[in-house]
Amino acid sequence: MGKNDLIGGALWEQYSDKVSHRMNNPKYMGEITQEQAAAKKAKLVVADYGSDACGDAVRLYWLIDPSNDKIIDAKYKSFGCGTAIASSDVMAEMCIGLTVDQAVKITNIDVEKELRDRPDKAAVPPQKMHCSVMAYDVIKKAASIYKNVDMSSLVDTEIVCECAQVTLSTIKDVIKINNLTTVEQITQYTKAGAFCKSCIKPGGHENRRYYLEDILRDTRTEMEREKLNSGPEFKEFSELTLIQRHGIVQRAISESILPMLNNDGGSVEVVDMKDTGNGVTEIYIRYKGTCAGCAASHTSTYEMINSTLKDKVDKSIRVHIL
Amino acid sequence: MKRIYLDNNATTMVDPAVKETMDPFFCEMYGNPNSLHSFGIEVRSYMKQALDRLYAGINAGDEDDILINSCATEGNNTVIKSAYFDGVLNTGKKHFITSAIEHPAVSNTFHFLEQLGADVTWLPVNLDGIIDPQALRDAIDPDRTALVSIMWANNETGLINPVDEYASICRENGVKFHVDAVQSVGKIPIDMKKMQADYITFSAHKFHGPKGIGGLYMRKGCTIIPLFHGGEQMAGLRAGTINTPFFIGMGFAMELAVKNLDYETVEVRRLRDRLEDAILQIEDVEVVGSRELRTPNTILASFRGIEGEAFLWDLNQKGIAASTGSACASESLEANQTFLAMNIGGELAHTGIRFSLSRFNTDKEIDTAIEVIRGAVKRLRAISLTSDKQYI
Repeated sequence: MGKNDLIGGALWEQYSDKVSHRMNNPKYMGEITQEQAAAKKAKLVVADYGSDACGDAVRLYWLIDPSNDKIIDAKYKSFGCGTAIASSDVMAEMCIGLTVDQAVKITNIDVEKELRDRPDKAAVPPQKMHCSVMAYDVIKKAASIYKNVDMSSLVDTEIVCECAQVTLSTIKDVIKINNLTTVEQITQYTKAGAFCKSCIKPGGHENRRYYLEDILRDTRTEMEREKLNSGPEFKEFSELTLIQRHGIVQRAISESILPMLNNDGGSVEVVDMKDTGNGVTEIYIRYKGTCAGCAASHTSTYEMINSTLKDKVDKSIRVHIL
Repeated sequence: MKRIYLDNNATTMVDPAVKETMDPFFCEMYGNPNSLHSFGIEVRSYMKQALDRLYAGINAGDEDDILINSCATEGNNTVIKSAYFDGVLNTGKKHFITSAIEHPAVSNTFHFLEQLGADVTWLPVNLDGIIDPQALRDAIDPDRTALVSIMWANNETGLINPVDEYASICRENGVKFHVDAVQSVGKIPIDMKKMQADYITFSAHKFHGPKGIGGLYMRKGCTIIPLFHGGEQMAGLRAGTINTPFFIGMGFAMELAVKNLDYETVEVRRLRDRLEDAILQIEDVEVVGSRELRTPNTILASFRGIEGEAFLWDLNQKGIAASTGSACASESLEANQTFLAMNIGGELAHTGIRFSLSRFNTDKEIDTAIEVIRGAVKRLRAISLTSDKQYI
């Protein structure tokens, strides 16, 4: 925390002068019509992008010289807060004069840096970083329309944290190399999750495909497996000793299953494990707390446990309730 | 630039007359009222007068209690946690009923109790934006329910809940009833001999008193387990040396609020309606809740295509203070809970703007505000994609 956190409400004080100025006097706000494009013998691209995070939406107009793919003019319309308008305005300005391929390389970080008054001071407070992300996304959309390709083909890697532009592979590498065990450590190492925080766990203002919590847990499980498998030869799950298998199953249960059951006051324990000899590992569980006697314990809860273990540990697992 | 304050549901200006009443208690009569000497003694008659004013202001019975505390947040915490503690220590009851549109002072307290194992029923609002008494009747369980807590007037919409009816339902079922009355004092009449709630809470700074002082009314026969343990102040139910100047200020602020109720009902309402009429003349604007069901000073409006924080920004540039529950304007980027619960289109959570007036606003200020609002709408709609929402 800090003094600003204690006093609170310091949102606008953290905007740079450039943000305020752009908000008050947007230069590139407006539209470009087909007639204007035809008059300049240029191609008009209109791209819409909406963020389900904050309900904001932006429409980008590009006027492109088809002979060299150069963006000769750009305008935008924005339904959004002050920082969204300022980000769109500076983004439109940055596009002009670039080729489409160059423009695609503009990131939200570039947009935010352009809005800084001083190189070492952020232009917007952390929770506003994602406003510039929309500016970045709409460029990709415009380029995909111009090139007539799918938008995803322009994004090389899976981005987990949009605000800090951190990829899935970076996060996994950092966890493995530095043996990280907490989400806070991931944030310290990569800045992922430091801004709008919605990539940390579900329930933030934005739905994400990947969450840091899950990545950490899955990578840790992967590391356990790798450690066990790092012997002279690689071993299938069914080839491990029962004690080794028990360790992996127990970890998966405590990390992926217990949190859900505990929420409802329930729990589950592994009572026994058997190897049937035909590559199948039988796991015998017993419900505890509110799960014991719960109507769903033999249906949906069981399904969840069974599929989670098959998914996270090994397909050869069969779960039995005692 | 002359600024215009239209955010009186957030806080109000201290009435200069109230400030004047408080002045002597900083450097002259600064004694601790619990002291035996003359410094202590001289304050006590003023405290008695302040208390009398508070009792009169809400028509409390002589055998009822009003505990003086720091604010309504403290009062709400005290009542709700006390009911939980009572369940743990005595009754075993851990079911609570509240609404989906409560102020965080109530809702976050209940969220915390949920972590401790409390079972909380969150009543939704009906199409009018108020909590249907029948929903309370259905949820209440005399054997399990420890407390019902529903706000009187909502801070965002100004919509007034039928607390009389809730009180009767609670009484029939023998369940204690708490009302967060923070937005009601000075806006609508409060008569605790008619309205049969067991506890109500209020803050002085919402009715032109100072910040950091509030009251917790308890009906005769009701008590609380204290939130603060310590000395014998407030009969041991709220320990800590009382903030005498603010307490005395709150008493006078209450008296003035009640005295000005007619003005509030007629003149503030007239100004509010004038502003609202002008706002409604703008295309694609909606105001939440029927006027008759609202406190006289509040307007919650949605201007299509204009994000709340951007609107607030433009208003602020021209010196007008209002408020938004837009997700973009919050630290956590979470939309205001009331807005979500009101469920009036998805847009309100992004476009909701609240104007809340007071008896200190003037016709001239409203004229200026109308002009500024029109200008801001024009400018921001030119930037926005208002014409179509099919953007994804």
